[in-house]
Amino acid sequence: MVSWRRLRALCRKETWQILRDPSSNLIAFVLPVIMLFIFGYGINLDSSAVRLGLVLEDHGPEAVHFAESLTRSPYLRVRPAATQADAAADLTAGRTRGFVVVPGDFGERLQRPTDEAPLLVVSDGAEPNTANFVQAYVSGAWGGWQLQRAAERGEPPPAGLNLDARFWYNPSATSRNYLVPGAITIIMTVIGALLTSLVVAREWERGTMEALLASPVTRAELLLSKVLPYYALGIVSLFLCVGVAVVVMRVPFRGSWWVLWGIGSLFLASSLGLGLLISTTLRNQFNAAQAALNAAFLPALMLSGFLYEIRSMPPVIRAVTMLVPARYFVTAMQTVFQAGDVWPVLIPSALFLGAAGVFFLGLTARKTRRRLE
Amino acid sequence: MLFRIRTLIIKELQALFRDRQSRAILIMPVILQLSLFPFAATLEVRNNTLAVFNEDNGREAVELIQRLARAQAFTELINVHSEADVRRVLDRQEALIVLRLPPDFSRDRVAGRTANLQALMDGRRSNSGQIALAYVQQILNQYEADSRPEAAASAPAQPKLVVRHWFNPNLEYRWHILPSLVAIITTLSSLIVTALSVAREREQGTFDQLLVSPLTPGMIMVGKTIPAMLVALGQGTIILLAAVFVYQVPLTGSLLMLYGSMVFYILSLAGFGLLISSVCATQQQAFLGVFSFVMPAILLSGFSAPLENMPRWLQVLDWANPLTHFVIIVKGVFLKNIGLAAWWAHLWPMLVIATVTLGLADWMFRKRLG
Repeated sequence: MVSWRRLRALCRKETWQILRDPSSNLIAFVLPVIMLFIFGYGINLDSSAVRLGLVLEDHGPEAVHFAESLTRSPYLRVRPAATQADAAADLTAGRTRGFVVVPGDFGERLQRPTDEAPLLVVSDGAEPNTANFVQAYVSGAWGGWQLQRAAERGEPPPAGLNLDARFWYNPSATSRNYLVPGAITIIMTVIGALLTSLVVAREWERGTMEALLASPVTRAELLLSKVLPYYALGIVSLFLCVGVAVVVMRVPFRGSWWVLWGIGSLFLASSLGLGLLISTTLRNQFNAAQAALNAAFLPALMLSGFLYEIRSMPPVIRAVTMLVPARYFVTAMQTVFQAGDVWPVLIPSALFLGAAGVFFLGLTARKTRRRLE
Repeated sequence: MLFRIRTLIIKELQALFRDRQSRAILIMPVILQLSLFPFAATLEVRNNTLAVFNEDNGREAVELIQRLARAQAFTELINVHSEADVRRVLDRQEALIVLRLPPDFSRDRVAGRTANLQALMDGRRSNSGQIALAYVQQILNQYEADSRPEAAASAPAQPKLVVRHWFNPNLEYRWHILPSLVAIITTLSSLIVTALSVAREREQGTFDQLLVSPLTPGMIMVGKTIPAMLVALGQGTIILLAAVFVYQVPLTGSLLMLYGSMVFYILSLAGFGLLISSVCATQQQAFLGVFSFVMPAILLSGFSAPLENMPRWLQVLDWANPLTHFVIIVKGVFLKNIGLAAWWAHLWPMLVIATVTLGLADWMFRKRLG
C-alpha cells in the first residue's frame, strides 16, 4: 500500500535533508570530480619512466656506448652513482627503483662468448610491479644494444620472431581508460552505500523513527522515501562523472547512454540496498559508518577487479568476489566505455546486479517490518 | 589535571567498547581484511586464458603452441578459427590475449626468414595484458633460442640478463601489501574514532557540556586522541603479528622505529580527525568529511601505484599526506631494514603535520568556546 501523497511528502523531506547538508553535496558532486582526476592523472600503472641508478666502473668505449643507450631509452630516467654503495643507498631510500652496475671488466667479458650478460642489475622488490618494469626495460635496452652493435659490425640482423602487439579498444594501452570507469564504480558505491548507511540509523538515534512508526506511514513508503531521493542523487552524480570523464578527460565512451543508465540504476539499487540494510540493522551511526566502509567501500576497491585482476586470485577469494556487486559493475562499465554494448558481458552483470538489489532491499524491508511489530 | 583526563579517557573507552556490536565492529573488519586482501592484492598474471588463432598448421607452429600450453601464466588455451572468433573471445573477455600465427609462419621459419606473429590484447585490462605479453615474449625467445642450434653455433648466443630483486627476491605481492595494510587499517580507525566521537557529542549536545566543564579544549583533545591511539595501535599490532607469523613477511628492521613512527602517525591523523570534526555539526558530515580526506590519502600514498608516476605538483602536495610517509616507513622497516636517517627523513614531516593539524584543531575548539 503506497499513498502517493504521503510518499511525496516523505521524499520532499528527505530531499531537503540531502540538499541542505553540505556534506552530501560534497560527496555527490565535489568528491567524484576530485576522485576522477586522481584516478585519471594521479594513479598511473603504466610506469612511464622508471628511475634507474647507473654505476659505471668500466670507462672503455663499449661501456660508455652501452651507458648512452640506457640514458637514451624513453622508459628509463638514469641517475648516475659513483659507487655501488651509493646506488644501493638510493635504492633503499626509494630514490631509484633499480640500478645497473657496469663492472670494470665489462669490455673484456663482452669479447668472450658467455651465457650471462656482464652486468649486475638490481631492482627494488618492495615494489613488485615496478620491479617487473625494471626487468623488462633493462632487458629491452640490453637486447636493443646488442642488435645495434651487430648491425654496426655489419652482421645481418638474426632472422627471428617478430611479435606485433596490439591492444583492442585501447590502442595506446593507457591505464586511465580503464581506471576511470573503475573509479566511477567506487564513487557510486560511496554515494549509494556510505550516504544511506547513516540515514535510518540517524532517525533511530534522534528518536524520529519512533515518531514515523507511530504515523500512518507504511513500510513501503518509508523504504521508498529513503531510496528514491538517493537514487536521483546517484544518477545525477553518475552522469556528471561520465560527462567529466568523456568531455574533460577524453576517455572514449563507445556504448549507449541508456545502457549506462540501466546498469547504473541496477548498481545503485544494490548499493542503496546494502547501505540501508546496514543502517536498519545497526541503528547506530558510528557503527554503521564503520560497517559501510568495510562492507561496501573496501571490497569495491580491492575485490572488484578494478585494480587487481580477479583471475589471478586464489579460488576461495575468486568465489568471494562473486558476491561483490561492484565486481559486476566494474566489468560492465569498462565494457560500456571501451568496447561498447557487448551483450554477452552486460546481460549476466545486469542480472546479478538486479538480483543483489532485490536481495538487499528485500532484506531491508523485512528488517523494517520486524521493528514495526 | 591528569585525573580529569583519565576520567575522560575511561569514558571514551567505555563508549567504544560498551556493547557487543561496538566491540565486533572494531575487530571483525580487521580480521576480514586480513584474510581476504593479502590474497586479492596482486598484479601478477596467473590462471589466465590464451587464445591461439593458428592460420598456419605447419610443424613449427604446432611446436610453438605446445610450448605456450605448458606456460604457467596460462592455465587454459583455446583455439579460435576466424577473425569473427577473435573478436568474440576478446569482446566477451574469454581470453586476455589472442596470439595469431599467419599462414606463412612455418614457411618463413623453415626458410630462415623473420617470422611474424601478432598478439591481440584486451585493452580493458591493458596492465595485465602487458604483463602477459612479457610472458609470451619470454616463451618466444626461449623457443627461438632452442630451435636454432645451428644459428647459435655460428653467431654467439645473446647473453641472458639476470636481474636480482632486492628486499623481495621472488617479488611476492604479499610482502608488499601487508605492510601497507598496517598503515591503511590504522588510518581508518584512528580518523573515524576521533572525528566521529566528537561529532556524536555535538549531535547529541553533550559536547557543549564538556566545554563548560573544568576540562580545557586541550584536555578534551587529549581525551579524544588517546582512545583512538589505543584502538589504532591495537589493530596495527594484530596486523603486524599476522604479517609476521601467518603470512611470513620478513620483519628486518627495528620494532621500536615502527612503533615510534606509528605513534606520531596516529597523532597526525588525530589532528586531521579533530580538525574535520571541529567544522562538522553531525556525524554524517564528520564521516563524509573523513572519507573525503582518507580516500585521496590512501590512493595517493603510493600503495596502489608508484608515487613517481604522479605529476610533479601532486608529488609536492603529497608531502602533506601523512600516509605516504608512514607507508614508506612501514615498508622500509619490514623489508629494507632502513637506518635512522631514512626513518627520520619521513618521521619529521609527520611531526610537522601533527603539530599543524593539532594546533589548528585546538584553535578551532577555543574559538568555539570563546
